[in-house]
Amino acid sequence: MMSVRSTTTAQPHPMWDRAAETRPRAEREALQLERLRAQLERARRVPFYRDILSHRELGPQSLRSLDDVRRLPFTTKDDMRRQHPLGLLAVPRKELARIHGSSGTTGTPTFVGYTAGDLQTWSELCARFLVAGGLRPEHTVQVAFGYGLFTGGFGLHYGIEKVGAAVIPVAAGNTRRQLEIMRDLDPEVLICTPSYALTIADTARELGLEPRALPIRIGHFGGEPWTEDMRREIEEQLDIQAFNNYGLSEIIGPGVSGECQARTGMHIQEDHFLVECLDPETLEPVPEGEPGELVITALTREAMPMLRYRTRDIARLYRDPCPCGRTTMRMSRVTGRTDDMLIIRGVNVFPSQIEEALLRVEGTTPHYLIEVSRPGTLDEVHVKVEIHPEIFSDRMDRMQALCDRISREIQTVAGIRAHVDLVEPRRLERFVGKAKRVLDTRGLAD
Amino acid sequence: MKLQQLSLFLENRPGRLEAPLSAIAAEGINILTLSLADTAQFGILRLIVRDWERAKRVLEQAGWVVNLTEVVAVDVLDRPGGLAEALRILEDSDLNIEYMYAFSLRRGDKAILIFRFEDPDRAIQVLTDKGLHVVDGEELMSFVP
Ligand SMILES: [Zn+2]
Repeated sequence: MMSVRSTTTAQPHPMWDRAAETRPRAEREALQLERLRAQLERARRVPFYRDILSHRELGPQSLRSLDDVRRLPFTTKDDMRRQHPLGLLAVPRKELARIHGSSGTTGTPTFVGYTAGDLQTWSELCARFLVAGGLRPEHTVQVAFGYGLFTGGFGLHYGIEKVGAAVIPVAAGNTRRQLEIMRDLDPEVLICTPSYALTIADTARELGLEPRALPIRIGHFGGEPWTEDMRREIEEQLDIQAFNNYGLSEIIGPGVSGECQARTGMHIQEDHFLVECLDPETLEPVPEGEPGELVITALTREAMPMLRYRTRDIARLYRDPCPCGRTTMRMSRVTGRTDDMLIIRGVNVFPSQIEEALLRVEGTTPHYLIEVSRPGTLDEVHVKVEIHPEIFSDRMDRMQALCDRISREIQTVAGIRAHVDLVEPRRLERFVGKAKRVLDTRGLAD
Repeated sequence: MKLQQLSLFLENRPGRLEAPLSAIAAEGINILTLSLADTAQFGILRLIVRDWERAKRVLEQAGWVVNLTEVVAVDVLDRPGGLAEALRILEDSDLNIEYMYAFSLRRGDKAILIFRFEDPDRAIQVLTDKGLHVVDGEELMSFVP
């Protein structure tokens, strides 16, 4: 029997874990400090952290206040890669209950391990933001997120089960089938990427269905950056309430934060994550409400106790009270990245991957430009490559083969389909210093 | 016996064809014939000009990527069946044609076929053996003012 705690529909702001979500700040900070110390102890079981911590003579006693988190080392994606595949584990391999992965610059995923306890925590966290965003035990939820190494599908799935709602695990893709299932089973809640929600609306119209008449009333969207404009669009087209949530596989997956009914930012689950917002250059904290890089320490993760993970995501943090009554800090949408990582149809893509693909085709670098747009609801990538005597042929079949080859290499290295546009010499802008390789016209940075 | 053909890469956008042609015209270089192969995205302009070395220099200086290819010209009678007969001879041979284009001369009753063969030297041999007339550069230039 699943326990539905303080969730009742009678309250204006139902919460999954009212005690945790409304805990007074001082009390929560004491809990955070206690957990941070425990986490440091756990981190010492990881050789990577043990070396740094003993070198800096840092132990739990070094943490006198939460501010002392700044004495701890950062962890980067590169560190994770160097510890490939599971060098950051703090538990014996046999303790793992699941392994997920995220896409990386080299095409090989970085793996993330979970103990049974981590999976419990994770579904609790997902349950919290789902309930904050209107999920009720009596609902049926269509999950159109990918199920697999990607954390989206499984993370949300168990969160929904935790709440006691019914899951339809349709997984991503096959939009017509999504619509048929939607019509047959009347789910009130949809879970997918925001751009896929718009694809569902488009496809419904193509099939002669009125998207607003679909049974969906609530959407929980994540997995890619989006904007307030997109939210209005989705809500208008599907006649639903759309909620944003945030997470990343390196930390746990979805569940780091999510919106409540007030939708004034995403409530951070602070009892499980210590979130800093730093100037990416100086690594000093930015004033409250200013944009900075989110740096996250996982306070309760057992399998991988991530210390000060540099997310590269730019957002703002807010501490002012929220009308919903939750006392936790909130974060804005992710408005940018400190590296130039692009998220294209949910796939993480670095310009360096495109460059790597081009390097495999002789004569195609150094002048190229990656153009990302969203002409309809889906992201489109055009890679512009300057023609060069070495690659130019008077034969059309050879030129077509060249485009196909570049496109194939990009698919192999970056995992995305890109249009290859050959352009005349000197058509692309030249730069002194760091070249600008990306033209993103999707307008994601509100 | 072979002719030098210049090929240029052009983006497929309005006015792109005009620019290289004006550049050559400005130098007083005569264009004998041209052919454009294109897709929705880009085009390949192929040119046969009177003074290809100068034309190549002019175009390259103006920033185009120019490719030099040897092609073979054959003349046929500009009347129904003239082209078909030449093509039948080619089909019967085992010559590999990469592409071809044709143009009529303003004077006389001849049409010229331009071929890009995989092996132009062998093609010239075969065509001549089959009784076709391969036109060299000098002769071709004499047909035009
Ligand atoms: Zn709230």
